[in-house]
Amino acid sequence: MTPVTRAALVLGLAFLYAPILVLVAYSFNASSLVTVWGGFSTRWYGVLFADEPLIAATWVSFRVAVLSSLIATVLGTLAALALERHGRFRGRFLFTGLVYGPMVMPEVMIGLSLLLMFIGIGFDRGLATLVVAHATFCTGFVAVVVAARLRGLDPTLEEAAADLGAGPLRVLLTVTLPLLAPAVVAGALLAFALSLDDLVIASFVSGPGSTTLPMRLYSRVRLGVNPEINAASTLLIALVGVAVLAASWLTARRGGTG
Amino acid sequence: MAAETRLRLEALTKRFGAHAAVDAVDLALEPGEFFCLLGPSGCGKSTLLRMIAGFEAPTSGRVVLGEADITGLPPHRRPVNMMFQSYALFPHMSVAANVGYGLKGLGRGAAAARVAELLRLVRLDGFDARRPDTLSGGQRQRVALARALAREPRLLLLDEPLGALDRGLREETQGELRAVQRRLGTSFVVVTHDPEEAMMLADRIGVMDRGRLVQVGAPADLYRRPASRFVAGLLGDVNLIPGRLGPAEADGTRVVATAHGPVRAAGPADPLAEGAEVVVAVRPESLALGAEGLPVTVADATFLGDRVRRLLRLPDGTPLRASGPPGEGGAQPVGAETRAGFAPDAAVILPA
Amino acid sequence: MNRDAPQRLFARLVRLPPFLWLAAFFLLPVVITLKISLSEPATAIPPYLPLLDWQGGLEGWSTFLEALNLDNYLTLARDPLYRDALFGSLAYAGGATALLAALGVPLAYALARAPARRQPFLVALIVVPFWTSFLIRVYAWIAILKQEGLLNLVLLKLGLIARPLAILNTDAAVMIGLVYAYLPFMVLPVYAVMNRLDPALREAAADLGAGPTRVFWSVTLPLALPGIVAGAGLCFIPMVGEFIIPDLLGGSETLMLGRVLWSEFFSNRDWPLASAVAVLILLIVLGPVVLLRDGLRGEGERP
Repeated sequence: MTPVTRAALVLGLAFLYAPILVLVAYSFNASSLVTVWGGFSTRWYGVLFADEPLIAATWVSFRVAVLSSLIATVLGTLAALALERHGRFRGRFLFTGLVYGPMVMPEVMIGLSLLLMFIGIGFDRGLATLVVAHATFCTGFVAVVVAARLRGLDPTLEEAAADLGAGPLRVLLTVTLPLLAPAVVAGALLAFALSLDDLVIASFVSGPGSTTLPMRLYSRVRLGVNPEINAASTLLIALVGVAVLAASWLTARRGGTG
Repeated sequence: MAAETRLRLEALTKRFGAHAAVDAVDLALEPGEFFCLLGPSGCGKSTLLRMIAGFEAPTSGRVVLGEADITGLPPHRRPVNMMFQSYALFPHMSVAANVGYGLKGLGRGAAAARVAELLRLVRLDGFDARRPDTLSGGQRQRVALARALAREPRLLLLDEPLGALDRGLREETQGELRAVQRRLGTSFVVVTHDPEEAMMLADRIGVMDRGRLVQVGAPADLYRRPASRFVAGLLGDVNLIPGRLGPAEADGTRVVATAHGPVRAAGPADPLAEGAEVVVAVRPESLALGAEGLPVTVADATFLGDRVRRLLRLPDGTPLRASGPPGEGGAQPVGAETRAGFAPDAAVILPA
Repeated sequence: MNRDAPQRLFARLVRLPPFLWLAAFFLLPVVITLKISLSEPATAIPPYLPLLDWQGGLEGWSTFLEALNLDNYLTLARDPLYRDALFGSLAYAGGATALLAALGVPLAYALARAPARRQPFLVALIVVPFWTSFLIRVYAWIAILKQEGLLNLVLLKLGLIARPLAILNTDAAVMIGLVYAYLPFMVLPVYAVMNRLDPALREAAADLGAGPTRVFWSVTLPLALPGIVAGAGLCFIPMVGEFIIPDLLGGSETLMLGRVLWSEFFSNRDWPLASAVAVLILLIVLGPVVLLRDGLRGEGERP
């Protein structure tokens, strides 16, 4: 490593992390004026835990993320299997477009078009529409992760199982899925994170009683910097940090593949 | 070429942590010599080559080219070029751009003329505009050679130059490589793990084992007079018959007392004391069946057209391999009991 | 391969659920949006005309089709607000993509040149911010960029400026936000390509007399081009329709299509016009999407 590449790495990582660290630091600021340091305090965490609407929104986000990532994981895994293992079929081009389209579709377009349809068919907006919307836009991401793993999987394993008399369902359940498990879990986590993070689509399709956490945060953030939001952000960042550490610890323990 | 193109390595060492990949190697190369570093993978030969090219910094020792110490010089300042094992042709450039890559200092016209000359040398005239991925393996190898020669290096390093070619092409290519080397008079240093390749190409071979240069010599000398069991086994099939060393004879040979009787062989290179445990190394083609030698049973015979390969067993079951022309020993069917002997100067005594 | 009937049935069953779901919740909504973008706004629920009269038969269909028109697209083309938003989106997304390439390529290069055993950790460090909330990452910049924010504080203390700079709610803030939020999307594909390059190629160039600078420009960069194209696509496509960054960091004059769509829909309740804007965004990203797909396919075909 030359001094130049080392400097590039340090600067790049500093750029990525400095804003996050600033945010975390200010969340412990006693002063309510964001730029004035009033000493260390955890008072904003107290305010945060008493904030009923924010907690309600967190609960909505969590339920939506669980349900939509479950649906997206099933649909995405099936889609990956169809694309990677069941080869040619009529309508493959359309199918591919349907699976991967939502990933490149602008979020505002997904949100708007789903809302227009829900209204068109007279479907009341709420938790269900959120789940449907998030499952739809996450399916492609799960499919990408699972398909990548499937491509790296030796197809002769499945052929061997079929050769030993296993029907297609048994091959899927006893050979393919166990081998795919790490990718399926990774895809599910990605879907969960994407659902939890989404503001734009949720803003279109959520109903009066189903405000998500990003929507609630956004409405506060628009009014400017707010130490309570810093505290909430810090907790979210800590959560992600712990999850990433746990994931890397798990993969390292399993020998670090996948 | 003048004597200044001599390469000298002085106690060259490369350590990775506690492990010495290259351990105090001393070597002097004659000008215009075709030298080959031979050894199994992991013996340090590639690291040695990369230190000469400048891709690895030695832990200690010196690389001297002519009178100049080039140890601290980065690769792009060394008058040394390398042909990579993978050829490392730039996939986004034409053949001509690849060959001309190192000719930046030359004017456009001069560089183009030099590229044309090099492509003629490797018999690829007319391939200028082609991309590397449209060439065959042999053609790619020749482009890599032309590119490495473009800057008229005082020393050309070749990393497994024939390794990526299939068998038929290898013989043809090694002939070409030798022809080019003779014509230019440039010193070539080849690294290979293939003894056949080393013997086909080199004027001299240096055998490496676990970071050390264990023996240097002409291919025939190494084959006939290996200094260790390792070198003997590396260069080809060999029978190793254990025994105890007898006294020195007047003609320089010595008798070794084996479990099945005495044999006579050329003396060891290292002075060994009488009574020392040794092995006698005999190549299969030096082993002749007949009235003289150790008692053996013919356990198996394989007809290979130009020769017959036999598996023999000593009375205690130790296998020996012999190979010779089909006519010779033809009266020795499987199961026959006979004797296997060899001329004293066709065998060497090695430390056990 | 000879596949028997039960296997074919099984394959069909495997692709049926995702197909039906995505047809219902992705394809159909897009078609509806296309249709509404050709309709006229109305003060009604839903606020657009015409509505298809399902009971009207052929007659109903033809009056429905006749009522569709391109008026909304003409409005987009004529009204300077939308023209500016279109050019704004292209300029911000294009400019930020160029900036991302300029910053991301050196970073990816540094990453690829780091000691091999440390690379997984460094890649993880680049990826981790991606897992934290996008909204929070953008929000974090408000505290840094605003008038009495951290950046101005530091610059004033260092004596580099006499008065606080107005950065928040300017083009510069939007650019910083875009580059910050999308940096991993540029770095990772470029790194992936650079990491796969045979190190012997760089060594060969150095061996042939090229100094580090020439090696980078003549060998590393051209060979990393597929990664740069992929990264540019991954950044440009979502940035065209970006809403959060221009809304939080930009000023009132920061016009981007995503934001215009948002206000047409939520504030003006002009659904047909909002739909037309959505279709426009879609048309803009179509080219890069095809380019990206071909690039990724080329990647996949390599052995």
